Amino acid sequence: MSETVSPVMFLILAFATIGGAVMMLSTRNVVHAAFWLLEIMVATAGLYLLLSAEFLALVQVLVYAGAVSVLVLFVIMLTLRRREDAIRPYEPSWAGTIIAALFLGALYMAITRFVPVIAEMPEKVPGVADFGREMFTTWMLPFEVASLVLLAALVGAVWWSKGGDGR
Amino acid sequence: MHSVSADHVVLATFIFVGVFFVIATLSASHLLARSKHDEAKLSTYECGSEPVGPPWVQFRVGYYVYALLFVVFDIETVFLYPWAAAFGQMGIFIVVEMFVFIGILAAGLAYAWKEGALRWR
Repeated sequence: MSETVSPVMFLILAFATIGGAVMMLSTRNVVHAAFWLLEIMVATAGLYLLLSAEFLALVQVLVYAGAVSVLVLFVIMLTLRRREDAIRPYEPSWAGTIIAALFLGALYMAITRFVPVIAEMPEKVPGVADFGREMFTTWMLPFEVASLVLLAALVGAVWWSKGGDGR
Repeated sequence: MHSVSADHVVLATFIFVGVFFVIATLSASHLLARSKHDEAKLSTYECGSEPVGPPWVQFRVGYYVYALLFVVFDIETVFLYPWAAAFGQMGIFIVVEMFVFIGILAAGLAYAWKEGALRWR
């Protein structure tokens, strides 16, 4: 059963991720783009789950789909004044076309020269407890530094928004 | 490919029921309800009160602090999960570590409180 379910699930989730990215970039409305971004984040969480990376999937749903997308929507709400501001202008240009063609060429070269190294899946997938033990011993310092990064973001936002009291 | 466990089947069922419920209720209301739109019906719903001004307004930048506070403590919650799972095998050391982490974040919360960013205006 597992041999048939996983490829099908992978195809569905890959389609949801790439299709969502295409929709996000092609929609004219920034609010719609934010919701497509949310869809991409949830589909990516599904891909992680397919790799048995349960904690990563949890982080993806809780932090990215739950919090970062809220932050993106807040920024949109804070910056738009009128409904018309939400519509991005459509401005095709030769410079953009050339850059896109160059990027496509570089991407094609990178993909054709890529030699895939398929990693061996471990017999036993490490659980959340193993992850926690590793994080709180080997990666103790980066873990504490993460709190400082969050503190800097929080203090910065509070300090920055103080100027906006009257508005 | 590795195996699909029973947990995944439960999760897939959960997602399927959730998506199905949304589609079923929306299409049921689409089929059953009369669709007759007048001006009052299409106006923005503001808890039953008369809407004042356009619904597209620029929000005060102070709300951003609430969103960021949510993000910060959401990340803290995510870290508490492996912490709780590893807790039984680690002892006092891990407790101190988490208290330092929460203490640093609490300092940020105290700063936001002191600056009045949490006051609702």
